[in-house]
Order: sequence, then C-alpha cells, then structure tokens
Amino acid sequence: MLRYILLRLLLLVPVMLAVSLLVFVLLHLGSTDPALDYLRLSHIPPTDAAVAEVRQALGLDLPLYQQYWIWLCKALQLDFGISYLTGRPVLDDLLYYLPATLQLGGLALACTLLFAVPLGLLAARWQGRWPDHAVRAVTFIGVSMPNFWLAFLLIALFSLWLGWLPALGRGSPGQLVMPVLAIALMSMSINARLLRASLLEASGQRHVTYARARGLPERRVWRGHILRNAWLPLVTATGMHVGELIGGALVIETIFAWPGVGRFAVSAVLNRDFPVMQCFTLLLTGLLMLCNLLVDICYAWLDPRSRLQGVDA
Amino acid sequence: MSAFAAVPHKPLRLRWSLAAGALLVSLLVLLAVFGQWLAPHDPDLIDVGQRLQPASMSHWLGTDHLGRDLLSRLIVGTRLSLGSVLLTLSLVLALGLLVGGVAGFVGGKLDLLLMRLCDMFMTFPTLVLAFFFVTLLGTGLTNVIVAIALSHWAWYARMVRGLVIAQRGREYLLAARLAGASRWSRLRQHVVPNIAGPLLVLATMDIGHMMLHVSGLSFLGLGVTPPTAEWGVMINDAKEFIWTHPQLLLWPGLMIFFSVMAFNLLGDALRDRLDPAQERH
Repeated sequence: MLRYILLRLLLLVPVMLAVSLLVFVLLHLGSTDPALDYLRLSHIPPTDAAVAEVRQALGLDLPLYQQYWIWLCKALQLDFGISYLTGRPVLDDLLYYLPATLQLGGLALACTLLFAVPLGLLAARWQGRWPDHAVRAVTFIGVSMPNFWLAFLLIALFSLWLGWLPALGRGSPGQLVMPVLAIALMSMSINARLLRASLLEASGQRHVTYARARGLPERRVWRGHILRNAWLPLVTATGMHVGELIGGALVIETIFAWPGVGRFAVSAVLNRDFPVMQCFTLLLTGLLMLCNLLVDICYAWLDPRSRLQGVDA
Repeated sequence: MSAFAAVPHKPLRLRWSLAAGALLVSLLVLLAVFGQWLAPHDPDLIDVGQRLQPASMSHWLGTDHLGRDLLSRLIVGTRLSLGSVLLTLSLVLALGLLVGGVAGFVGGKLDLLLMRLCDMFMTFPTLVLAFFFVTLLGTGLTNVIVAIALSHWAWYARMVRGLVIAQRGREYLLAARLAGASRWSRLRQHVVPNIAGPLLVLATMDIGHMMLHVSGLSFLGLGVTPPTAEWGVMINDAKEFIWTHPQLLLWPGLMIFFSVMAFNLLGDALRDRLDPAQERH
C-alpha cells in the first residue's frame, strides 16, 4: 500500500511538468502579448520603447524554450514570478487566498455528505412513497439550479428580505452559510440521487433476497448487505465533487466577495495576468491529483476487491 | 436501477416526465427560432428615460438599468443561450465520435493511447477544465464553446468506444466488409447509426449540465459579453441592482433554471426508456 502511494506521488512529478509545459506554451502562443498586458496592468502607455524595455525585463525576447527553462528553474525554487496586477510574488498571493477557499470547499464538502447520505437513504428506503418523491423533487431542482443564481436568490431572501445574514465578505460564521449552501446544493443533489440509485441497485441483488429469506431483520439487511455495497460509487463521486466544489468556488466567491483563490484566479484570467494563471493552473492540477489519490486510497481501504488488484498491479 | 421495484407505476411516470420535458424543450426551441418576431420591443434599444421601470402594460417584466425591455431580452436571449449549447454539443459529439470510433474500431496501441488521453481529461472536473481552457484560449463566446467542448469530449469518446466495440463483432459488419466497404464507410454508415440512440440519451442528459457551464462562464464575464442578450450575461449585468431591483436577476435565472430542468426531465425519461448501460451489455 505504501509503495503504491509513493509511486502515485512520484507520478505527480512528470504530470506536473507536462502540464506546466503545456500551459506555458499555450499561454505564450495565445492571442495577446504578455508585454502589452503587463503595461496595461501597470498603467504605462504602450510606446515602442516601453514594450521593448518590458520584453527585456520579463525575458520575453528570449526564445520560448529558454523562457520556459528560466521559469522552470525559478519555479523549482518556489519562485513563480511577480503578479502583473498586484506587483507581489504570485505564490505568496495564492497561498494568502488559499485558506479561505479551502475553508469554503471543506465546509461545502461536509455539507454535501451530511445531507446527501440521509436523503439518499431515505429515498431508497421508502422507494415510491412520499419521502422518495420529496427527495427526488428537491434533488431534481438541485441539479437544475445554476449555482450563481441560487447565490443571488439566497442573498435576496436572507439578506434583503429577512436581514438575517450578511451578504458579503468573510469573518463571521454567518457569512459562511450562503456561499457554502450555494456551492454545495448541486453536489449534494447529485450525490443523493447517486446513492439512491446505487442503493436500489444493491437491494435488487440476489444476496439481499437471500438475506431476507434467511429471516434477517430489515435493519441488518440494509446495514450489512445493501449499504456496504452501495456506498462505493459515492466515494468515487465525492472525489469528483471535490473538483466540482472548487469549480463552484470560482463562481461563488466572486458573488459573495469572498477573499479566496477562485476570485483571484477569475480576475487574473479577465486581466490576463500571466504569472498568476500559470501558477494557479499548476496549483489546481496538484490539488486535484492529490484528491484523486486520496479517493483511490479510501476506495482501496473500503473495498477489499480493489485492494487486491492494487497489490497485483 | 433495480428491476424488482416500481414496475407497476413506472410507465405512467415515464410518460408524464417525457411529455413535460418534450413540451418544455419544444417551447424553448420555438422561442429560439421565432423569438425575434415574438419580442414586443427591440431588445437592444437603450432608453435611459425608461430605466429600471417596474412591470407595466407596455413592459410586462419591466426594464433594465439601460431602459431595455426585460421580456424582449429574455426571449431574444433564448437563441444565443440555446444555440451556444447546441454548438458545444455538436462539437463534443463530433470529437467523441471521431476519437471513440477510431479507438474502438481500430483497437490496439492507438486505442490504448487514445484512452489514456481520455483518462487524463476525465481526471479533472468539467467546469474546472473548462475554466482552465478559457485561461489558455482567452475569453469570448467562441473560446468558451471550444473550452467546454474540450472538457466534455472524453466522456463521449469513452462511451462511443464501448458501443463500437460491442458492435464490432456483429455479422452485419462482416457482411459489409465482405461487400467491399472500406473501414471508414463501415464506421460511418453502419456503426454510427447503430450507436446513435444511447449517444443521444447521454447528450440530452448532458445539455443541462453544459448550459449551466456556458451561462456560468458568461456570468463571470468570460464568455458572451454585454450588451448581447444572453441569460448569464443578463444576470451579471443586473448584479449591482440586487439591493434595489432583485427582479432583474430573477427572470434570466428562472429561464436558465427551467431550460436546464426541461433538458434534465427529457434526458432522465429517455434514459429510463432506453438505458444505454443496458444496451452496452
């Protein structure tokens, strides 16, 4: 197991290198000139002399492979350059904003599981009855609702009409409620629907019928025979949803003026702040790959079948 | 879905959701095609004297911050909102069919290579991947469409490959081969029509998802830009007025919500009727 984890961690290195190269090349072959973007963001008029000077200062006059090499050498020393927009080191900025996003994402994930599991169970246990219909209606609305619109509806309801919650910023626990809800609803609904379907599929298996025929109490049938088989898809889905939650944070942070990485990255893309975009994509890749690894470890831990395969491979 | 449960009332429920989904989707398509002539006002006509009007007889849903008629903008926006999603979908289908078809039909090392590529794309959640591609390609509707297509195609390629492999050993293909049909024409004329059903179900179920992504990116200001009438942009335009005129945000959001719901209804109903997972085995 340990060897497997180490191998996967080692595999991170070539993937990150490949992604960094791809991002670097595509960004620099892109539609706009980084030097002009730098001048625009620094409020310097783009005269020919200024452009040439910036080119030289940023090393943009060198061939692309040299630029990449210089960038890579610096990046290995955790120097990702200076943000064109803020004028501060990129990594410092991103790490400054990261905790806020992790807080939001972590809470949204917890919220997702906290609601999805009981709802899925309820629906599957009372299939075809009113709890099932209610859960299905709610989750159906959840998967169809644009999260940014939900965010505004929440603001309108809780801040504008009821005046219960502050709409913007970060600091008090009350400011967490609406962004977390807005991010989590979609994943929660998908997970609840998935758990319901997978529970129903598991409950149709022959060993469940056999367990019932043996006269086991319904509680034990559900706990020992259905649940154990049904929650594995949920683990996979939850792993995917970590990424979806980050995607949600991109949109939602902007609305709630939440000082997180997502809002920072969106403004970087809008302003074409190259160093930030480069570093953010790498950070995101690393984060998501670590999440995937975590999911695979959980999976192996929960499902003996995949554990055996892992050892063989 | 389990076989033993819900058999008695299943057909009834299916018919209801299928009908509702189909009805809503056809309404949307009609709006997209004929919206231009249905809109009571010019959607782009700026009239600052009439700004932020409440609902009235002449402006049924009121006007926005530039005095443009909200209802007209909603109606005319249908074409772009729906059209961009359909364009994305056709791109995704084309890419998925090409890569998945080739991987499944040719097999061997090429198949392995293409599937590893798919795995790489499927590691990342679609919205994050789409955002990633917008970062690389730059903003604008065309780039957003390409970005979303690039983030979704791998799922389709995977499915197409599975379906193609299931068809590969069938006798009709052998017959076509004996009749002298080339590889390409066998794939195009014989395999594709046979896998179109399950693929369309997946596509219908995915349209809602794509719509959320397109409107989400437009809302962030990365896709469609003002003053074009598109629902995501309209929400973005109106966000400063949430404290004074929340209805400006309500209507475009409701349009997105209902459209996504309509496609989800249709997709769910179609999937239950001809489950692609069932067909694959």
